[in-house]
Amino acid sequence: MSERVVVIGVGNPLRGDDGAGPAVVEALRGRVPDGTALVVSDGEPARMLDLWRGGDSVVLVEAIRAWPGRPGQLHTLTAAQAAGRTAGTASTHALGLGECLALAEALGRLPRGLVVHAVEAAGTEIGTGLSEAVRRALPALADRAAASVRQAYESRRRSGERIEQSPDL
Amino acid sequence: MNDRGTRVLRLDALARVEGEASLHLRVDGGTVTGTRLRIYEPPRFFEAFLTGRGHTEPPDITARICGICPVAYQMSACRAVEDACGVTVDGPLAELRRLLYCGEWIESHTLHIYLLHAPDFLGRADVVELARDQRAAVERGLRTKQTGNAILEQLGGRPIHPVNVRVGGFYRTPAADELRSLAERLRQAREDALETVRWVAAFDFPDAVCDHDLFALRAPGHYAIDSGTPAVMTVHGPGPALREFPLSRFERHVRQGQVPHSTALTATLDDRRYLTGPLARYAINGRWLHPVAAEAARDAGLGEPGTAVCRNPFRSIVVRAVEVVQAVEEALRIIDAYEQPPRPAVEVPPRQGAGVGATEAPRGLLYHRYALAADGTLTEARIVAPTAQNQTAIEEDVRRAVQARLDTPGPAADDEELTHLCERAIRNHDPCISCAAHFLSLTVERA
Repeated sequence: MSERVVVIGVGNPLRGDDGAGPAVVEALRGRVPDGTALVVSDGEPARMLDLWRGGDSVVLVEAIRAWPGRPGQLHTLTAAQAAGRTAGTASTHALGLGECLALAEALGRLPRGLVVHAVEAAGTEIGTGLSEAVRRALPALADRAAASVRQAYESRRRSGERIEQSPDL
Repeated sequence: MNDRGTRVLRLDALARVEGEASLHLRVDGGTVTGTRLRIYEPPRFFEAFLTGRGHTEPPDITARICGICPVAYQMSACRAVEDACGVTVDGPLAELRRLLYCGEWIESHTLHIYLLHAPDFLGRADVVELARDQRAAVERGLRTKQTGNAILEQLGGRPIHPVNVRVGGFYRTPAADELRSLAERLRQAREDALETVRWVAAFDFPDAVCDHDLFALRAPGHYAIDSGTPAVMTVHGPGPALREFPLSRFERHVRQGQVPHSTALTATLDDRRYLTGPLARYAINGRWLHPVAAEAARDAGLGEPGTAVCRNPFRSIVVRAVEVVQAVEEALRIIDAYEQPPRPAVEVPPRQGAGVGATEAPRGLLYHRYALAADGTLTEARIVAPTAQNQTAIEEDVRRAVQARLDTPGPAADDEELTHLCERAIRNHDPCISCAAHFLSLTVERA
């Protein structure tokens, strides 16, 4: 079976800047080839593991906390860099993205390629809407995600693979 | 550290507990003098969000309170609004709601058993470590959970925060043959769920007894999930062992109060500490377990369902596993008998008044009350979530667990051991502390 390119926006739009991932997924609609799976997830690990197959190329978009913080600053991490980073007090379900990727690795269920694009959050209080800093950074974050999608298709084209054209998940 | 002096332990991040919470433990001269669980709890914020919204909106809004138990919020919200409007949803629509709820029980319980709780009993730091040497078990858990997800996706329209639920029923109901593939998955899930019961029943359980009153909905003929009458099983004290009261009188019995250390409310039931959730449900509803689930419970050493009361909070993982079997059997029963109803929902015209609704969320009884204006605008919302109700009981369990350890002869416990013990005692109750933000933590070094 041919595999897909999957973009997952991780976050909760009801928690301020945690909505950055879902917002990027919205911004990518119409900007990525048909058949690219655009998914929003709350990051719960068991569900996350179901969002990709072994051969997929996965682009994760996530908000992060950083110390010291610089809201709006972008980061790009490999799966290895992200795996095992604990969620700390702000986790949805204690098992965060870091643990999710570590679990996927332990179970042999990491996708073929995975990259994490992240933005440093300013605030995560209950409520909708992104902070000014994250809102300003959003186009650049979406550009990074779109570039990763393009790279995934190009690398597959070079290797002669057929990319499955499927509706969004 | 010496147990004779004063010792304060702060757990700012509770590992493998859903959401945000912290614990403050104080030990004076070898005696635990304070356990304060601080919960950051969104239901109270949502009560404010709801005021001024339309009577059709609570199911969608309250579903966002928790990513793991959105259906519980939706179902309690629907029941409360329908109660206020004088509408009863029954027949195939009620059965479909119950099926959706079974999906959530399967998903939520399995998440807790495999990803959060089992590592405690197997001496593993977390599920990642567990997956490295018990890969088949973890895969079994993920497979079972995925079946719960599939029910939510089929009936709810998507796997998280279902969008197909509305006051009065659903936006769309499935044709009977659309549910057939779910039945196939559920038959596999039944085998996996029974294996899960055997797996957890063989764990080594610390000795512990909780003497909280037990509180659950009771629905004779059914193991209560989506409806029932509030029932209390008291441990000591006056009155009959099991008593009921109408849901309309819930807030006369369950009193909430603010404590300084937490933004959440704590609760008492007729001025007594109480516990809601699997242990309470099993004690109060055990006699109505499906025969397959009842046999699994007996084989797992829980005693005769309907008679036995399990008071060891560490064994809650076994009750949860039995409840997964129950939910799978119930889901299969509903699918087997299902015929698509003629309409996806009944009309729920607004009227002035108040209504109450309660259902059994995986973590325990979840109560909603709404007051409506004549045009359906919500003028008041009250949500009493299971975790807030259980807070005092959890604190008492933590106190007892730590005290028992401090009283044990031999080497003194260090902070790391006590921290782990506190977290275990809290995880027994699977508190859902919020559907919070989701982050990686990252330390950045900058010049």
